[in-house]
Amino acid sequence: MKEQQPPLEEPPVVENPDGLRTEEYFVNMGPQHPSTHGVLQLVLTINGETIVNIEPHIGYIHRSIEKMCERDTYRQIVHLTDRMDYLSCHMNNEAVCLAVEKALEVEVPERAKVVRTILSELTRLASHQLWWGVMGMDLGAITTFLYGFRDREMINDIFEETCGARLTMNYIAPGGLMYDIHPNFQRRTKAFVEHFKKKLPEYDRLLSDNIIFRKRTEGIGILSKEDAIAFGVTGPTARASGFSCDVRKKQPYSAYDRVDFEEILLEAGDSFARYKARILEMWESLKIIEQLIDNIPEGEHQVKTRQVIKLPKGEFYQRVETARGEFGVYIISDGKKSPYRLKFRSPGFSNLFVLNHLAKGAKIADLVAIMSTLDLVMPDIDR
Amino acid sequence: MIESIEYWLHTHFSPAWAGFLGWVLVGAVYLGIFAILGLVLVYVERKVAAFFQLRLGPMRVGPWGTTQTIADAIKLLLKEPVTPDKADRFLYNLAPFFVVTATLMALALTPFGKHLQAFDIDIGLFFLLAVSSVGVVGILLAGWASDNKYSLIGAMRSGAQIVSYELSVGLSLVTMLLLTESLQLSEIIESQQAGWWIFRGHVPAFVAFVLFVIAGTAETNRGPFDLPEAESELTAGFHTEYSGLKFAFFFLAEFVNMFMIAVVASTVFLGGWMPFHLGDWAAFNAVMDFIPGPLWFLGKVVFIMFLMMWFKWTFPRLRIDQLLTLEWKYLLPLNLANLVLMAFVVLMKWHL
Repeated sequence: MKEQQPPLEEPPVVENPDGLRTEEYFVNMGPQHPSTHGVLQLVLTINGETIVNIEPHIGYIHRSIEKMCERDTYRQIVHLTDRMDYLSCHMNNEAVCLAVEKALEVEVPERAKVVRTILSELTRLASHQLWWGVMGMDLGAITTFLYGFRDREMINDIFEETCGARLTMNYIAPGGLMYDIHPNFQRRTKAFVEHFKKKLPEYDRLLSDNIIFRKRTEGIGILSKEDAIAFGVTGPTARASGFSCDVRKKQPYSAYDRVDFEEILLEAGDSFARYKARILEMWESLKIIEQLIDNIPEGEHQVKTRQVIKLPKGEFYQRVETARGEFGVYIISDGKKSPYRLKFRSPGFSNLFVLNHLAKGAKIADLVAIMSTLDLVMPDIDR
Repeated sequence: MIESIEYWLHTHFSPAWAGFLGWVLVGAVYLGIFAILGLVLVYVERKVAAFFQLRLGPMRVGPWGTTQTIADAIKLLLKEPVTPDKADRFLYNLAPFFVVTATLMALALTPFGKHLQAFDIDIGLFFLLAVSSVGVVGILLAGWASDNKYSLIGAMRSGAQIVSYELSVGLSLVTMLLLTESLQLSEIIESQQAGWWIFRGHVPAFVAFVLFVIAGTAETNRGPFDLPEAESELTAGFHTEYSGLKFAFFFLAEFVNMFMIAVVASTVFLGGWMPFHLGDWAAFNAVMDFIPGPLWFLGKVVFIMFLMMWFKWTFPRLRIDQLLTLEWKYLLPLNLANLVLMAFVVLMKWHL
């Protein structure tokens, strides 16, 4: 005899405004579900098709990266950050390196700064392309997925040639770059920019101007500026609500202080605004790359640092703008070769918990659309 | 050939047996058509999707991957048919047969060519509409019996959707019935001797065609209306729990349903197996007549199916309330107005 487990609690009976008596019920969305993009579990309370409550359960791929950092040397920590938000690995690498350099009071060569910026923007583009494809797929337009991947492939090829890896690069190292850029880097990046400038309007034609897409996103899941600040939402998600939070503008690092670009700020705060913000950000990224790609200064690609870096005693914080928002590295050093404590502030974590606030009262299909516009990457949230 | 088989049957058996065996043979042939149609359509869909998505599609098994779907079919046959623990076993196993039977009954009416039709009854179109709605019973049963909330949501969506869009399918066909003056499929095609209805029926015929293709797509749970399956929301909708052959039944039925919508559209609007003629161009018309009827018919069907695949692979999916709004607030009033307009056209005898 199998034992029958009793239900957790009896779902309440709801009296709807139209006089219909319905029963709320639970649905487990995930951890194995096509649109949670990884192993996120959402416990949904649903009334018919309308969502009453969402309870996100995380931790399915927790790998205790922060604890591992306490064991590793500062050079080894960098490669762990690749495995967090794998779609913005260059930015994550850069955050750790900037924090270490800040502690060591080392000035990075100009060449490394510019290359870091270009790589960051290429990563942002690749991340947004993937997000765009997945966004279409979540709404049922599978074709966008492959269009997004077509263009992302070119960036991955550039990365592969330069760093030897396509996903977890581990290329930016404390003191500069691991090694100098590939001779083809400039040529191929320029070719990509030319290619993508032609293809980006195609994204708009295929998805942004589609009437079904507009109806599915406009006015759905509105996030007010106050809520964005209260929940600690950052990145394009917050900027679509009018919250100016671009670290590249607020605290410029690397070469961001010498390039001309705009912080995308939209007012609406709905799903479509979040979508539009990322599309516009891609144009800005292209602009940044165009300004820098011909002006990579000659010279050393890194400064000499000790093989085993020892940071001075103290606390160091550095934040960067990743594709998903503000990524922070907080190092407490006790003067040894590995940190006493290291804390990552990941953008996805704060962005995820705004979901219940946004999708309450929406339909199941809207939940998927909203979740897609938050652009969640689960390894980034679980760490 | 058909006559020789019939002659052979009648010389070797008593008339009653001969008639019975004749029907068995026809049934077997249609089962074969069903299976082959399913396999071919799955292959075509995958190739068309690949074409829209900048990829090659199946390429490995057989020349240009043509035997890929056969390999897939064998895989499905060999898979274990899993039944969930708490499923209603009887209804769970019954559901796929409802869907397949409904599709097969509709398929029997297909007018492949002149006199090349198994079942030419005088209420053909009405029968088609009636039979194709039986499929929804199977979907509802599948969703209910699976004991899975995703399946249930999918099935309820499907029920609401098919019942709503049935109205538009019916009304757009009623609009055309004013022109054809018959429900029998062969007579509908014969009535287009002087030109296809989509050309001769003026604006209302074209509007009815567009409405029929939209509503027909919705009825087959495809394209932007695939809410009952909605992979990104409900994993696989009403057939989440099905595997092996039972899943294959749902899968094939969907493709054959699409074929049936294309068949009705080409029969009523595009003249079925009737070749394309241009006024007084005798030479051109003779060339067109030279192409056999079944080819004309299949060509039109393929054209409409390509249209349906085109918007399936381009558009995002609608939301359930938007779907019902589209039907009840836009398509239905438009259809009714179109019907009145068509009645006026027929009254003025503009279509002759």
